Order: sequence, then C-alpha cells, then structure tokens
Amino acid sequence: MSVDTIIDLKNIVVSFDGETVLDDLSLSIRNGEFVTLLGPSGCGKTTTLRIIGGFVTPDSGDVFFAGKRVNDLPPHKRQVNTIFQRYALFPHLNVFENVAFGMRLQKKKNAEIKERVAELLKLVNLKGFENRRVHTLSGGQQQRVAIARALANGPQVLLLDEPLAALDLKLRKDMQLELKKMQKSLGITFIYVTHDQEEALSMSDTVVVMNEGVIQQIGTPQDIYNEPKNAFVADFIGESNILDGIMRADFVVEFFGRKFACLDRGFAPDEPVDVVIRPEDIDIVEPMKGHLTGKVTEVTFKGVHFETIVDFKGFKWMIQTTDYYPVDSVIGIVLNPEDIHIMKKSEYSGLYGDYSSYSEEFDELADPTIDLTDEGGGESVD
Amino acid sequence: MTKHKIASLPFAVWMLIFTILPLGMVIWFAFTDSKGTFTFDNILKIADFSETFLISILLGALATLICLVMAYPVAFIISRTGERVQQTLVMLTMMPMWMNFLLRTYAWMSILEDKGFINQFLGLLGMEPIHMINTRFAVVVGMVYNFLPFMIIPLYSVMVKIDKSIIEAAEDLGSNGFQVFRRILLPLSAPGIVTGITMVFVPAVSTFVISKLLGGGKEWLIGDFIENYFIGTAKDYNIGSALSLVLMVLILLCMAVTGLVDRDEEKGGIGG
Repeated sequence: MSVDTIIDLKNIVVSFDGETVLDDLSLSIRNGEFVTLLGPSGCGKTTTLRIIGGFVTPDSGDVFFAGKRVNDLPPHKRQVNTIFQRYALFPHLNVFENVAFGMRLQKKKNAEIKERVAELLKLVNLKGFENRRVHTLSGGQQQRVAIARALANGPQVLLLDEPLAALDLKLRKDMQLELKKMQKSLGITFIYVTHDQEEALSMSDTVVVMNEGVIQQIGTPQDIYNEPKNAFVADFIGESNILDGIMRADFVVEFFGRKFACLDRGFAPDEPVDVVIRPEDIDIVEPMKGHLTGKVTEVTFKGVHFETIVDFKGFKWMIQTTDYYPVDSVIGIVLNPEDIHIMKKSEYSGLYGDYSSYSEEFDELADPTIDLTDEGGGESVD
Repeated sequence: MTKHKIASLPFAVWMLIFTILPLGMVIWFAFTDSKGTFTFDNILKIADFSETFLISILLGALATLICLVMAYPVAFIISRTGERVQQTLVMLTMMPMWMNFLLRTYAWMSILEDKGFINQFLGLLGMEPIHMINTRFAVVVGMVYNFLPFMIIPLYSVMVKIDKSIIEAAEDLGSNGFQVFRRILLPLSAPGIVTGITMVFVPAVSTFVISKLLGGGKEWLIGDFIENYFIGTAKDYNIGSALSLVLMVLILLCMAVTGLVDRDEEKGGIGG
C-alpha cells in the first residue's frame, strides 16, 4: 500500500438475506482523488460507499483508512462525511444549526462555529440563509446545505451518494462543475456514487465501473470510454455496437466475413473476440465506396445528430450522424483502424450491443418478476 | 355554504348536543345549588378533596411516565423494522384492546392477588408472598397495562416518518447513540410524546374502575368520587359537576405545560 492511499478495501464480501451484494471487492483510493463508483441499480456501489462510511459492516474483508483497519469503527468515529441521496437535512433545525451540527458535537466555541458556518455558507453560495427553515428551501438549496454540513467537520474524505439525482438537468450540470471545482480547491478525496455515465465521465479523475457486486473496470474517463474491458462496460458507458469477431493476426480482425485493420494486438491466433464500434466513429459513404452496405430501418432526431439504425446482414447498428438518411435508403460505411476496439470475450459477450430490440433495461421495466428497487436487506436504493 | 361544509354538519350537530351542551350543564350545575340558585359553595367544597386530587394526579403521572419510558424504545424499534413486520407488531400492540376493558382488569386481580399467579409462582420458588392487590402499586400497574398502547401508537406514528438517513446523517456528523436520541429523535418525536401523554394521562387521572378493582376501593381517586356523586350513593350533581370541572381545568393546565416543553424542544434543538 502506497503512502498516499487514503482508503483501501480488501476482498470485501457483503450479502443481504443470502444475496451477494459485493463479491470479493478490492479497491484502493488515492488521497485527493475524485473517484466515481458507476453502475446500474443493485450493482453494489451504494453498499461500497456505506462500507466506507461505516453504515455497513462487511461479512469478510478489511477496510483500511490511512493505513489503519477501521472495520469495527462506528460512523461517528470515522473521518469521513456523507452527502445523502435525499440530503437528509434535520427538519427541526434551521440552516445555521444544520451546518453547525457537527461542530456543536465537538463542543467548539460559539464564535468559532459562527465564523466557520458563515465561511461554509459562502462557499456553497447560501450567504444570508442562516435563519431559514430547511423545508422552505428548494432542492438545489437543500443540496447546498447538505454539502456545507458535510464539510463542516473538515473530513479527509467526502462520500456523495447520488447527490444530484433529484435535481433537474440544468441545475445538475451546474452542480457537477461546482462540485468538481470545490473538490479541487479543498484538495480532499471525493467518492461519488452515480448511475449516470455522463456525470461520471465529466467529473472524475478515476471511474470504477461496477456490475453485480464486481468491479468491471477501473480507469480514467478516457480509458473507460475508449478502451472498455468488456461488453458490459462498452454498453454501459455510451452507446456501442458490439459484434463477434476473430483476431486473425496482430492488428487484423475479421467480422462479417471481411478483414479489417485495427490497433489491437496480443491475442492468440484466430481467437474469438468482441468488436466495439462507437456510433459516432462510423463514417457514412455512398454504398459502392463502403466496407459494408446496409439499409436504414429507423431514424430518430436527437438535436446534435440523427440516431440512425442500420441493418447490416441482419445485425442492427446504431450510427450517429449529422446527415439525414431516410428510412429504407441504402448506405455504405467506412471503418478506420482507430474506430475499431477489440475486447476479450467475457461473460457479457453476446448480451449487449445489438440494436435489434429494446434495451435490456426496458425489458426489465416490463417484467413484473424483477425487482429493480432494492439492493436487498432493506438497504437504500442503489 | 360549500359542499364540504355541509358534510361536516352532522359532526357539528353531534358536538353541540353531546359535548358543548353537557359541558354547559356541568358548568351550570357546578355553580348552582340544588334549588338552582347561583353559588360558589360547590367550588369551595373542592378544597376538602385536595388530597384526592393530588394522589390521583400523582398516580396518573407516574403511570404516564412508566408508559412513556416503556413505549419509547418499543415504538422506535417497531418503526425501524420492515413494512410487514411493522404491521404485525402494531397489530400485536393493539391486540389487548380487542378484549373488554373490565375483563382485562379482572385478569390483573387474579395475577396480583395474595394467592394469585405471581405469589403462587414465588411460593414454588420457596419465597415469601408479596402483598400487591389493593395497593397503589396495583392501581398503577393496572393503568400502565390498560393505557400502554395509547402511548406506543402515537409515538410509533411520528417515528415511522423519521427517515433512516436523518439518523445516519447525525451519526455521520459525529453523534453517538445518546446524542442521536437527544438531538434528533427526541425533538422529532416530541409531537408524538405530547399526544401519547395526553392519551394516557387523561384517562388515568379520571379512572374509577381500575382504582375500584385493583385498589380495592380502599383509597378513592377523583374518578371514584365523581362516579359516586352522579350514579352512586351520594347523589349530588352539583358537587360532582364541580369536581369534574376542576379536574378538567387541572388536566388542561398539565397539557399546557407539556405543550410548552414540546415547543421548546422543537425550537431549541442543539444547546445554543
């Protein structure tokens, strides 16, 4: 463990009611980093956060804080503070007392508390709100009070559990920038939980992609987007066309019976692989000039581009293009080596990346036997 | 008159006939003599009952306090369980009330009697019997037993609305168990405490059945006197009314004090 590792999770296993929520999870977080735990509902990201906060004790595995094992340390003795999903402000206290709560517990002097609260309220842009009752504040304002309250104890690590989920889009974007700025200027570690991939990409130094209690990939936002490790990551982060291919040699991949140049190597000869092609990387040309030709089956206008679904030999691709191609028109596409990303086969191969049907999430929504709301054990929704 | 105002008419009439009117009659009887002439005599005679008032209020307050101390943790635990368990536990809390009040109190007689269940059990252990029936202890036990659900339910109904994350936020900011209780739970559950106290204290202070059955009629509580003046041997509506009126005023005073403490609790919060 390096000196500047602030939090170290080692082989964490957690299950609620016999259902495994975290399966042998290990994760190191460096001091001063903005780390995002990203994944769909029930992937274990909130549980991971709650383990760091001290609200969940792992069945096995160890939690280290600045090199010290803290498995059995209760939340009130940990040097981390949390911003909760629905802010969890104290409804019987005004803004000032909410922010001052932690300092009152530490029996700080009144003058000191007053000064610090004023400072924090200025930081979150709520000067003059000291005497307001919290229920008279808007969602965005309550959120800011929650941030000030969590920072009041001067934590080394701030845990944020989907803090922006309840805000509307515009405010959410502003808050993303503000939180990022705040993290930089305070120089403390932020551990941020979200299911919103865009939020994760735009704020984080490091993104941890999780699914079913297992970490799928850890990396910078660029790494995660450009070099997804498996079909799950490729599908969850942005849109992806994922096809079956065969690595014929280093830098040569074959799919749809045709060989393409690519930038990947180090696979066994003729190893079956997953091929990822991002919808925005595909160039549309006249049918005769393309590597492949297909027929447009669906077009949706998205503002910046048209989302065009194209049928290539029965496999439907998504292509994002600024030009409009009507349904039933035949088009050609060109794939450059840098547009093609090769991944090892994984348990997720074949599950994602075909736009022939609705997404799996949609299927789940329509399936009454699947419970999307819970991570088990009455723990909060992930 | 709007539609929903018309809908409240039956209740208004009911209140007028069965609450406002009787209250007026009580006041009228309290300030008149048997011939119907105005007098303060009845009220002045209440001084003779001051000891009874005191002991009634003390026993009622003691029973209320015991109920509060017992009910508070129970209500909290119920409010933190899963939805289905919650429903079952609330039902179990209410279950004693399905049984007739008199029957329940009779049952306690056979439990507390000199040769009742408890003393038989003590005898089996080779211990001396304890005299419990017909004491103030027995009266308080009867009050606690009968009125405990009325404390649990209002406490539970405010506690169930306290979000788990609010308690976690308090822990997160450095509160230990007692501090969570003092700074979060207590102020947020104060309305339930006031309702619970009202619902236990008022019937406990004015009970006459419990004192008669478990107190053995040895020591009369204020409820016993009121009963006696209205339907008992000492028929005297005027004195009875005066007693009722004074009891009501005393209860209202007690409630006002509790209400003040409650408001203080909500406003004051953390010691600053």
